[in-house]
Amino acid sequence: MNKVLSAEQAVGHIRDGMTVGIGGWGPRRKPMGLIRALLRSDVRDLTIVAYGGADVGMLCAAGKVKKVIFAFVSLDFIPLEPYFRQARQNGSIEVMEVDEGMLLLGLRAAAWRVPYIPTAVGLGTDVLKNNPDISLVTSPYDDKDWVAMPALNLDVSLLHVERADSRGVCQVKGPDIYMDDWFARAAKQTFVSCDEVVDTSYFSQSEEARYVFWERAVTTGVVEMPGGAHPTSCAPLYGVDVAHFHDYNKSAANGGFQAYVDAYLSGKTEASYQLAVGGIDKIMASPQTIY
Amino acid sequence: MSEQAADYSLAELMICAGAEAFRGDGEILATGIGLLPRLGASLAMRTFSPDLMMTDSEAWLLSTPNPVSGMTTTNGLNRETWMGFSRIFDNVWSGRRHALVGPSQIDRYGQSNISALGGTYAQPKVQMLGVRGYPGNSISHVNSFFVSAHSERVFIAGECDVVCSVGYNPARLPKGYSFDDIEIRQVITDLCVMDWQGPNHQLRVLSVHPGIDVQEVIDKTGFELAFADVIECTVAPTQAQLAIIQQLDPLNLRAQQLKGNPSGRRA
Repeated sequence: MNKVLSAEQAVGHIRDGMTVGIGGWGPRRKPMGLIRALLRSDVRDLTIVAYGGADVGMLCAAGKVKKVIFAFVSLDFIPLEPYFRQARQNGSIEVMEVDEGMLLLGLRAAAWRVPYIPTAVGLGTDVLKNNPDISLVTSPYDDKDWVAMPALNLDVSLLHVERADSRGVCQVKGPDIYMDDWFARAAKQTFVSCDEVVDTSYFSQSEEARYVFWERAVTTGVVEMPGGAHPTSCAPLYGVDVAHFHDYNKSAANGGFQAYVDAYLSGKTEASYQLAVGGIDKIMASPQTIY
Repeated sequence: MSEQAADYSLAELMICAGAEAFRGDGEILATGIGLLPRLGASLAMRTFSPDLMMTDSEAWLLSTPNPVSGMTTTNGLNRETWMGFSRIFDNVWSGRRHALVGPSQIDRYGQSNISALGGTYAQPKVQMLGVRGYPGNSISHVNSFFVSAHSERVFIAGECDVVCSVGYNPARLPKGYSFDDIEIRQVITDLCVMDWQGPNHQLRVLSVHPGIDVQEVIDKTGFELAFADVIECTVAPTQAQLAIIQQLDPLNLRAQQLKGNPSGRRA
């Protein structure tokens, strides 16, 4: 079986109105090359589920988004994502704002094919007031209220990892897999970009298989994109491109998203994008953040 | 007990007051969000609460806190277990955690907000971070608040624009819960230290910082406060504490956290 395909082929599976999960966390290990391919497509009216960063901001700014299911959208060192902020303050997107852990439970419920998972998280807060669709349930075992966090069933998930083979075995050696395994399991189809496609025999060496966190049956397609997480990090290979994010953030106040599109996206392939940001060697040389 | 320092910054005073919030905490995860709260939690672990657990703010638990500045490599950190984001929730929901966090709004019930200001859910006037982990933290484990600029904009007269964390609001108390199930431990501001142990969990002033008058705390709080029988002066850092803080922050990033880096002893 060979699951390798192009970024365009991968995002070609995404149709108007679909619910799309995006892996990574804030400015870390986002499938930005796939997001750029999505930005170049005609798809619209998406519902996005993410621990959001510029992935969410860019899709909102490009008018691709109907609804965002989120707990935060942040670039970390730039706390407020500028284009998500604009979209919210313009009232141009619908939202389902939940706790970070509720989002995780929603993905788990979808992965486990149950309609909801009971939790105390959300009780007493505006998460329940603002999301009347999230119901309280009673327990057969006590007299408390429980929040029934609904399954977040995803049509497609987009992830970025360091390495994969052509059969969809994916490896994350960076320090955190975030919720990527749950995004993969919660989706009908999961497309994974990777810095490097390796031979299957790679995983049988020493401890390499210990860094594989979901089974290949969960991976629908693999896209080889060296530097494909840029401008986000892909530890331990490369860090966040801080300067690029500062430029991105400034564009919101000066020229708007069109200025960013003109500089980095319009008429560009991933290869010409990488040249515009200084080339693959520069991407790979971005220093790791030391927290 | 080492000698109290004669000279210290307000940031250092607040770090030490922040550390005090963790006194008596045993083997739980101590989380300080932001540089000064993180230094507070780290100071507690380095001194009187050595059983605390702490992350490196990325994906590992460390047996000793790492510095918040001056690190050029993560080699040599004393890692004791992997603690990626998904596993954080296993810890949070077990209740074995105390977080010291800095909300944008805090109301009379101890409810707090980091999500958005004004407007509506569909269209907030100012979008901030989102609710992040506040709902789950507040219903699961102990929390304390750190406020670097005490004002009526933080301690608001009304209810929070977005209630991100559960507090002591009878109207919002979930079925089957009592206020004993919710613990907001301390509030450390640039003016004072408070807790929520006034009548009916009213916010209560415990100590004011050197040179601060209680009236200023009252004037800068948008709701009515309770007061300890004796309002102390917040205890000054010791020389030993300042030395540990310096080890934890060798580049003195703490001096950039409060506007003008004021002295801890204000006239």
